[in-house]
Amino acid sequence: MKKPFIMLMFIALFVVLVINIMRMPAGLGTDSLSYNDATEHYIQYSAEETGVTNIIAAILTDYRAFDTLGETIILFTSIVAVISVLRPDKKPENEGRVSHE
Amino acid sequence: MNDIIVKSITRLVIPFLQLYGIYIILHGHISPGGGFSGGALIGSSLILYTLVFGVDRAQKKFSHRVSEIAESGGILLYLFVGALGIALTGNFLSNKAAGFPLGELGSLLSGGIIPVLMIGIGIKVASTMITLFHVLIQEESQ
Repeated sequence: MKKPFIMLMFIALFVVLVINIMRMPAGLGTDSLSYNDATEHYIQYSAEETGVTNIIAAILTDYRAFDTLGETIILFTSIVAVISVLRPDKKPENEGRVSHE
Repeated sequence: MNDIIVKSITRLVIPFLQLYGIYIILHGHISPGGGFSGGALIGSSLILYTLVFGVDRAQKKFSHRVSEIAESGGILLYLFVGALGIALTGNFLSNKAAGFPLGELGSLLSGGIIPVLMIGIGIKVASTMITLFHVLIQEESQ
């Protein structure tokens, strides 16, 4: 009973994802919305403004450095959350309990 | 895993993996790559070590104390460089405007704060991967 239901859910999810891929804008050209002045600015001036030949690195750590700081904070928060839930050093707690008993 | 072939191959492969990870982090600003991909390489090399030699021996190489320092150190390096921009011009994480030397285009020492930030991100990503794996695998063994 449960397994066909899960399979059905996965198939429905797959169909939704495929429909979304079909609806993606095809044939991105110079007249699409995502191609604006920022692209040309990065290509033309990034070497001069940041002194870096890798434009992706220039965007990640210069133009959008604050964004990357947020990404690093997400990593830090994930680690803090996992350690606070799983807590690898349980030894002091266990020893305390044993001596108490 | 008590297989002599796996152990020998791992011993042989790990130095190359880590060297390549460091190379990708340090050359992140002049070639494809950067802190995230290089840090993932170093982290996965340590995960391979943990899988082959066990979590106890891996803890001696990369203990929780070291991971605490690496976790906080990577992010504090990033924030420190950003605060340096505030001190010099008043803008957080400013690079050229703060007067950091941009160097010669395409050389290893170029780009002002970009290589420093890449090193910070690399340390952070590597230690995040290995700490997550160690914490999860220790929870299972208890």
